[in-house]
Amino acid sequence: MIVDVLRPGLLTTLQDRGRHGCAMLGVGRAGAMDDVALRLANALVGNEPDAAVLEITLIGPRLRFDKAVTIALTGAEFPVRIGHYETPMWQPVVIEAGAELEIGTARRGARAYLAIAGAFAAEPVLGSRSTDVNARLGGVDGRPLRENDRIRIDVRDDPTSRAREKQRASFRRARGARWSLDPRPWLDTDTASPIRLMRGHHFDALDVRSRAALFAEGFRIASDSNRVGFRLDGPRLELASPLELVSEPLAAGTVQLPPGGQPIALMAEHPTTGGYPRVGQIAAVDLPRLAQRRPGDSVRFAEIDLGEAQSRYLERERELTRLIAAIGERLSQ
Amino acid sequence: MSHQATADRDVSIEPLGESTLLLRFGEGLDSVVNARVHAASAMLHAAHLPGIVDIVPAYATLGLHYEPSAWIDGHGGSPALHITAAVRAIFREPPTDLHGETATIEIPVCYGGEFGADLQTLATHAALTIDEVIARHTAGTYRVAMLGFAPGFPYFFGLDPSLHMPRRASPRTRVPAGSVAIGGAQTGIYPSELPGGWQIIGRSPAVLFDVKRDPPSLLMPGDTVRFVRIDAKQFAEQAPL
Repeated sequence: MIVDVLRPGLLTTLQDRGRHGCAMLGVGRAGAMDDVALRLANALVGNEPDAAVLEITLIGPRLRFDKAVTIALTGAEFPVRIGHYETPMWQPVVIEAGAELEIGTARRGARAYLAIAGAFAAEPVLGSRSTDVNARLGGVDGRPLRENDRIRIDVRDDPTSRAREKQRASFRRARGARWSLDPRPWLDTDTASPIRLMRGHHFDALDVRSRAALFAEGFRIASDSNRVGFRLDGPRLELASPLELVSEPLAAGTVQLPPGGQPIALMAEHPTTGGYPRVGQIAAVDLPRLAQRRPGDSVRFAEIDLGEAQSRYLERERELTRLIAAIGERLSQ
Repeated sequence: MSHQATADRDVSIEPLGESTLLLRFGEGLDSVVNARVHAASAMLHAAHLPGIVDIVPAYATLGLHYEPSAWIDGHGGSPALHITAAVRAIFREPPTDLHGETATIEIPVCYGGEFGADLQTLATHAALTIDEVIARHTAGTYRVAMLGFAPGFPYFFGLDPSLHMPRRASPRTRVPAGSVAIGGAQTGIYPSELPGGWQIIGRSPAVLFDVKRDPPSLLMPGDTVRFVRIDAKQFAEQAPL
């Protein structure tokens, strides 16, 4: 089937769980900024968790589908319409052949994920369909969607397709499933709640005032923030004495400190290596929460240690696994 | 390459969040330290530890990205502790030479002119003639210390100290693909058109990175490289369409 891009939105890119195994070549991971919302969107249409979806940023696209297919939207809260009808997020919805999906301007949060039952035909590049905008790799010609793009989707034809046909027929009658996910555990847009941060390798190299300021004072996401990183306006952080550093490996959530004193939180499309001091590391469970904040939103950090960050991560993964299995059972009923 | 012993006591292991370990073999731009990074990288690749997502060698450190869920055992203790112990156990084994001798890869470079806008500046800075700069640059044997910054961007060891030169005061917004450049003591090649602040001394027609190739990168971490001078006519013949 074909999806016609009638309006691309502000920044709409194809993303999956990212590109792994070639960071040694300088190829970054990219992938969804809110990896939890990505997995839930896929679960709701019966896709594998790492299937590619459209990541929609602040202003959504308008898309026309040439065949009926099940879709689901998760993540930031957007007004969504199919034709003239308001359409709920967080549940599978059937869009009819020829219908237009109109996603408006985000009401809450920054990024939504549109999963389509089936697979984007775009060939994986180095094992992933994620768009790396800076490296111009993957996705649709390595770039965000443009007006008049025609995106091909291979609608799934698997052993459970009969069950899905049955379900589709019932969706058509009801214009969607009669149940939906509760987004509350998975979408937290309260910008007053702190983002948990571990001390980075160079935290102790900060001067006394900056060490205190990192956790005590608030920051604001600067307007030139993007999928690579969020620049944090706020107290200027300074080293007690200059450090001569060479490039070292980085990870998503690393908070690094360039010479200007304005920290940068590295996000999904971060480079594989970098030479700035690393003053902090954002807890993995809070990365999706940070990804849902917008330029201008405030960020406060609260300290967490590695042990607690790791157990919270494992706990969240267990919860997600249970939920995704439950969604799968629901879909096959 | 010859692998030096990677004794357990010589590596410090730091967590970089919940799913990365940073293995530190030393500091700074040190080719002996870097050789140990590549030896460790080879040993980790050969060890096939569970849940390894990426192994990233850098100048003096190595990033080991892993999935914490693969490192839970029923007896408590954090995944970070378990994988750190497993990594230390690997480094207690005698090092093995897994790659054997790496081939020397020749990179053709057309120096100066429109391809190397900063060559004259470098010659002036080094108080050498242009031909002397080129002779010194092509005389060296280089080692790929790491790839980073952009897909397929190699950072080399082996630059003649007389050719060290600070970065440009204001970076260029577009440096053409294939540009051979110097930034301080570091030298590298821009695999694609990128912004950059290094001094550009020439350009290679070689394609450094192509996702349709396997491996996509012409150069791998640890490879040995020599630069070979070509003229503009040869550049035109060898340049990709």
